[in-house]
Amino acid sequence: MPAISMTVNGESVCGEAEGRTLLVEFIREKLGLTGTHVGCDTSQCGACVVLVDGKAVKSCTALAVAHDGAEVTTVEGLARDGKMHPMQEAFKDNHGLQCGFCTPGMVIASIDIVNRLGKDLSEETIRHELEGNICRCTGYHNIVAAVKAGAANM
Amino acid sequence: MENFNYHRPASVDDAVKAATARPDAKYMSGGMTLIPTMKQGLASPSDIIDLGALKNSGISVGATVVIKAGTTHAEVAHSAEVRKAIPALAALAGGIGDPHVRNKGTIGGSVTNNDPAADYPSACLGLGATIHTNARKIRAEDFFTGMFSTALEDGEVITAVEFPIPRKAGYAKFPNPASRYAMVGVFVADTADGPRVAVTGAGAGVFRASALEAALGKGFDSASLTGTPVPAKDLNNDLHASAEYRAHLITVMAKRAVDAAK
Repeated sequence: MPAISMTVNGESVCGEAEGRTLLVEFIREKLGLTGTHVGCDTSQCGACVVLVDGKAVKSCTALAVAHDGAEVTTVEGLARDGKMHPMQEAFKDNHGLQCGFCTPGMVIASIDIVNRLGKDLSEETIRHELEGNICRCTGYHNIVAAVKAGAANM
Repeated sequence: MENFNYHRPASVDDAVKAATARPDAKYMSGGMTLIPTMKQGLASPSDIIDLGALKNSGISVGATVVIKAGTTHAEVAHSAEVRKAIPALAALAGGIGDPHVRNKGTIGGSVTNNDPAADYPSACLGLGATIHTNARKIRAEDFFTGMFSTALEDGEVITAVEFPIPRKAGYAKFPNPASRYAMVGVFVADTADGPRVAVTGAGAGVFRASALEAALGKGFDSASLTGTPVPAKDLNNDLHASAEYRAHLITVMAKRAVDAAK
């Protein structure tokens, strides 16, 4: 099995992975970082989204071996000095979650939206940009409010 | 997913050598179709030849727009040069999948896969693109040969796609509400050789709508398409839409694409 190394949430990590080991399996099972979720088996739900070299990708649709040397940020890497990231804070304040299963992917995807498009986001933009993240609880309304508030505070 | 041997060649030559020596190998670019297909057990290649280390991405605009095969949809969508030269192409790339898919998926992968509901094949055929491979150049007309099939030989790999710059072009798609793939997508272009209309999602593969091209020959205006029917024969007929409905949508989407053309 090939050994791979990457930087995850600022820390160097290494481990073995089969060719077929998905990035999300490496993150969850080898590294024990279970904040990144797997919500579907069809690459559609976005619960597994992480930042790879600064860009949002579906870690369930990426091979771990292909990410040797990559820099990965998961939801566990967002808080600083025990304080939540502004986007996490906004999801909490705006009740942008119910069961919470999709939330890690939502938060990472939302940070990616701000990184790409800036802090001043219209509701229409947010709804369109969240096309790759599915929530089955909230009806999205409070998620959109959370992203708007979180973006403004980033 | 079944296991496989993983290769990460550093050059196109090495990639072709690796693929040619292994008949059941598959190239992987962004993996946005291949990995889900493998997860579902619908493909189980013996070897994956990952083209990621080739770093074959980038866009150059001169008399034509040349997009290297490893360029992601996000890069095409956000390219100021593509937006200026062929705005419809940038818009099409920005409407593929979702932001996470666009960060990984590449033009080379999409064109190679030739999904009958993919967006890029319609731009290739609609603009009269030329597909560059490690071995030759293939006209779009000759490249797309049917559902998930292309003129690529075993081991042959796309290196770039070259698009002529039209006077104007537009793309409109009616996405399936669940999958977001095109139920019907129409790419129209006003070119030096006359109007071109390419349709994706509606048939077994991308095709040109000759009736609509003839109608646009009278004037590149959506009014020219009013009352121009597209034959429903050979169109997809499934739980999402009947062939007749798709035929109707082709004219509607073509009109929207012409109206959006710039």
